[in-house]
Amino acid sequence: MAVAETLPSLTIDGVPLKVKLARAERSRKLKAVGLVLPLFAFVVLTFLYPIVVLAQKSILNEETIGRLTRTNEALANWDGVSVPDEAAFAALAVDLKQAQERREASEIAKRINSEFSGAMSRFKSVTRKVADMESGPYKEVFLSSDEIWSDPALWRVIRSVSNTYTPYYWLTAVDLRQGAEGLERAPAGEAIFLDVYARTFWIAGVVTVLTLILGFPVAYLLATQPAHRANILMIFVMLPFWTSLLVRTTAWFVLLRSEGPLNDLAEMIVNNRFEMIFTRFGTIVAMTHIQLPFTLLPIYSVMKTIPPSHVRAARSLGAGPFHAFWKVYFPQTVPGIAAGCLLTFILCLGYYITPALVGGPRDQMVSYYVAYYMNNVINFGQAAALGMMLLIITMVLYWAYNRLVGIDKMKLG
Amino acid sequence: MDRLPFLGLPPYASIQERAWRLFFFVFCGLVLLFLISPILIVIPISFNNSSFLSFPRGDWSLRWYEEFFLNERWTTAVKNSIIIAFFSTILATTLGTLAALGLSRPNFPGRAVVMAVLISPMVVPVVITAAALYFFYANPLIFPEEPTVILNNTYAGVILAHTLLATPFVVITVTATLTGFDQSMIRAGASLGAPPVTVFRKIMLPLISPGVISGALFAFVTSWDEVVVVLFVGSTEQRTLPRQMFSGIREMISPTITAAATVLITVAVLLLITVELLRRRSERLRGLR
Repeated sequence: MAVAETLPSLTIDGVPLKVKLARAERSRKLKAVGLVLPLFAFVVLTFLYPIVVLAQKSILNEETIGRLTRTNEALANWDGVSVPDEAAFAALAVDLKQAQERREASEIAKRINSEFSGAMSRFKSVTRKVADMESGPYKEVFLSSDEIWSDPALWRVIRSVSNTYTPYYWLTAVDLRQGAEGLERAPAGEAIFLDVYARTFWIAGVVTVLTLILGFPVAYLLATQPAHRANILMIFVMLPFWTSLLVRTTAWFVLLRSEGPLNDLAEMIVNNRFEMIFTRFGTIVAMTHIQLPFTLLPIYSVMKTIPPSHVRAARSLGAGPFHAFWKVYFPQTVPGIAAGCLLTFILCLGYYITPALVGGPRDQMVSYYVAYYMNNVINFGQAAALGMMLLIITMVLYWAYNRLVGIDKMKLG
Repeated sequence: MDRLPFLGLPPYASIQERAWRLFFFVFCGLVLLFLISPILIVIPISFNNSSFLSFPRGDWSLRWYEEFFLNERWTTAVKNSIIIAFFSTILATTLGTLAALGLSRPNFPGRAVVMAVLISPMVVPVVITAAALYFFYANPLIFPEEPTVILNNTYAGVILAHTLLATPFVVITVTATLTGFDQSMIRAGASLGAPPVTVFRKIMLPLISPGVISGALFAFVTSWDEVVVVLFVGSTEQRTLPRQMFSGIREMISPTITAAATVLITVAVLLLITVELLRRRSERLRGLR
């Protein structure tokens, strides 16, 4: 009896059962990991890694990296307010000469110009001058070329740009810049991005609230009607859901135009035409239409799980119809409301196509500016910083969604 | 008269309750109209003979369909869309289904984190993904300084990007089909002497196939609809149908876009019917109904 308790139970080939079970469990786990690994590796390599690269772009002085090293060393001990000494001018001259030979001078000038407007032409002319000089002194040549070279503000920009990393793009993304005494607000004409972020949040918020107001009653209708009728009504929700985003945007583009059907109707009824295309109103209406199923469907699937007997019980206990709905039914729908609204809000933050096609210049959201800096201005650092800010905000909300709903409980269709 | 049931309300319902009920039905009707009418309104406009975007007043015509099906810009776009969507659907469905099978095994290590990573391409704003991919595709082999392979402006680049965007949908739908999957059926098959491959083919696959197919449809639609990535990493050679519609609205407004929209709506209806049939089949197979 005592012996049997101390001896481990053995399987038929003499290996302890515990060991065999652990082995089987491990091989099962390995198999599971092996199945997930291809996709996981694919996502890490072609998605997470590129995003890290993008994040790096937002803090890197890519145009000037390794091209102003001498200037950077010479300016290391400069006080930042006086005109630098001959050594700094000489270092810059040598760096510019080298850049000129390698045809990189215009990139440097363009980069400095982005922080100090008007620097581009001065850089070009001084680069031409020093390119012919064998040796110094350079300071006089610079100063006689243009008085801008005695401006400490320009030299502060040169020093900042000659570093490997720069906070410039991130500061610009929140309308700040480096002044003589630390950070200062960007001048009114250049401070646009906080406004863009506020506008993005505002549009996303309004669209979310509208989809909730419009979607909640319809979800209730679908959840409480008998199945055969609900299935038919569901087509009204699912057809837009499966229709291409571009088709829905096209539809709104056609509808909202000043000669469009909506305005024809308005002319018939109130004898007036309204400006709807390329306005905030048009953008919000089109986005609400596109997002409505995304808010509605999670609410609907939660409502399907609420037994109708709850409200009946409340009614039979004497609660009025509104009281019973508000106190018994509505609280049970809150998880669905949270899931639907958060999903819509997250998706709205990233909208690009719809505002670009039916919105006006004052209705463009953050994504538009990311695309604008990527493809039109070719300022990758600024595009990356704006994108990263948006990404961080989205990730915080995604995390909240994951905590609240659980990403694996997300339902589609 | 007022004792008869009214709009599904019991006979004892008060006047206010009935008024509310009426308001509720009217409101819901208007919302459903709001959802469906913009899509339906495009259809008659596409049959208009005039080159203005308006309702046909007696002059019906198929000229915009002729333009859509014969003009090389549009036919190339349709061809590109089909090629890109086809390959990304196959890749995404394979990768996503395998991952979902692994994730739904009991006690998968770090399931929540892995799942969050796999779903993230769906949540990150697509402009950010497109920008990141643009730089990655310019130099995809991480180590050499000078890029030897460039994926920008290639079909492979667009297909890989669409695969990335589509896999979360496959993972979600297949995982959903697998929840409530009775693992003892696998053990039963195995104990009756079936090798793992046979168990998968004869037991797993029939049960998850509706989920896999609807995941594949989601993947197809993701690629079929996608325009931002194509704008960033594709060239005119990879111009897809949504890309062509985007520039169609932006540059030269011709009613051909309404013809294109009508064709795409037809595709959406077919997809909707397929998904609905699959859902019913899946519920029947899993004994939910």
